[in-house]
Amino acid sequence: MSDEIENKLDAIEMNLLKSIADIEKTPMGAYNIRENGKGVARKTTANIDIVTKEDKPGIDIIIKPNTKNESVHIPVILTQSGFNDVVYNDFYIGENADVVIVAGCGIHNSSCETSEHDGIHTFHLAKGSKVKYIEKHYGEGEGTGDRILNPQTIVYLEDGSNLEMETVQIKGVTSTVRETKGELGPNSNLVITERIMTAGNQTAKTIFNVDLNGENSSVHVASRSIARDQSTQEFISNVNGNTKCFGHVECDAIIMDKAKVISTPQIVANDIDASLIHEAAIGKIAGEQIIKLMSLGLTEAEAEEQIINGFLK
Amino acid sequence: MLELKDISFARDNKQILNHVDLKIDNSKLVCITGPNGSGKSTLAKIIMGILTPDSGTILLDGQDITHKNITERAKLGIGFAFQQPVRFKGLTVKDLIEISAGNSLKLSEACDYLSDVGLCAKDYLNREISNSLSGGELKRIEIAMLAAKKSKLTVFDEPEAGIDLWSFNSLISVFEKMHSEIQNSSIVIISHQEKILNISDEIILLADGEITASGQKEDVLPLLLKQTTRPCKVMLDKGGNK
Repeated sequence: MSDEIENKLDAIEMNLLKSIADIEKTPMGAYNIRENGKGVARKTTANIDIVTKEDKPGIDIIIKPNTKNESVHIPVILTQSGFNDVVYNDFYIGENADVVIVAGCGIHNSSCETSEHDGIHTFHLAKGSKVKYIEKHYGEGEGTGDRILNPQTIVYLEDGSNLEMETVQIKGVTSTVRETKGELGPNSNLVITERIMTAGNQTAKTIFNVDLNGENSSVHVASRSIARDQSTQEFISNVNGNTKCFGHVECDAIIMDKAKVISTPQIVANDIDASLIHEAAIGKIAGEQIIKLMSLGLTEAEAEEQIINGFLK
Repeated sequence: MLELKDISFARDNKQILNHVDLKIDNSKLVCITGPNGSGKSTLAKIIMGILTPDSGTILLDGQDITHKNITERAKLGIGFAFQQPVRFKGLTVKDLIEISAGNSLKLSEACDYLSDVGLCAKDYLNREISNSLSGGELKRIEIAMLAAKKSKLTVFDEPEAGIDLWSFNSLISVFEKMHSEIQNSSIVIISHQEKILNISDEIILLADGEITASGQKEDVLPLLLKQTTRPCKVMLDKGGNK
């Protein structure tokens, strides 16, 4: 196995990679590591090609039909303060391929200047293909400068394709607007699991816009978030059922301290056979949950931590 | 040994417990029974430290624990199975059993606790303690957690409520197993069920916040049945669950 990444990155950079993509050493499979706006390491495989875009910053990831059990890691790290990085990554998944894609962005900002990364990821899933997409966002650094991440995910699902997206942002991001758009073809399925935690004066806004256009298409969005201190979160979802389809959106938020959470669900049935459900709940940690865990021997603080960790799992 | 001395508790101008004195000796299975509203659950919560009595003293093995909080009492060896188990989004059955045990468990150990309450471990260990579980399932998991905690003194608040016929027998086996396996441990069960009254060593009858009868099962149970002039739960449940 190659040691390319270990040889090119320092400890701070490796720590960011571990936080966002669980990378501790050069991963198996294809990868592209972007640091401060530039590609620093890349590997392709016989089935997965990665091509630099010529008209704008970013890459095309092209996965051949029938590719199975392969993975692509495309993390982005920002360590240069005051840097505003915008990147367009397009994924073309061939028919009947079945792959895992790990993305995410980590910012280390030790200055008072703002660091920002806006990643626009577009997925084109061909007939029968299947993708598990894992995306983590993370910020760190002792500086007072803002760490801003505005990811956009755009998904086009063709007949019978399936995208499962896990997106996590639990630490250190000052402000984020996370937008996901989906257009679903017949028999396709989109599953999104989102976990967010904000603290201090952080703000997070999540927007889901999903069009269920194909017969028997389905979407399931499960968002769980925790807002602490004076942070603010906003959850907006808009699911349009345009044919015989199924949509389920559930968002649960735990509110703590002086935080604020706004949830705006919208489900629109444009067809008599569209079946759409939205469940939303916001509340503080239930006192009886704390009491139960204390009666098992945890302190109040430990109980609260257990509840939070479990909720965000 | 747990000792409650002169415990009183009032809320909203109602005297819920009135100068209650109570001793639970080591290695005893004690059943507290009495009509609804007699103060049984309040007493249980006072033992766990969830409620603080207005007056009186609580001693555990001679140590005054009246002002100890829930965590401290749990660490000193008191356990409490809730009448209405609490749901936790995200925490799994295995998480809760491990928290109860105080350490991580081998899969086989966690499985044993669940098997004892009649649940197939492989179907449940990774399930969330959320709305996906029925009331009866939650109740059994609650009991498994207390079996894993291995407390010196465990209080079960109406453990049979919501449990179906089949698991009722296994529930009694769990109490008997806990009682025999955890050395010197005591179990206090709040219950109306004659079957549970029948397995206890001692029975305490609470009415209107006062202990009106207490002693060996052989002495108290006949009294209870005799005093019952019209059908009540104890009578109805005599000889089976329906």
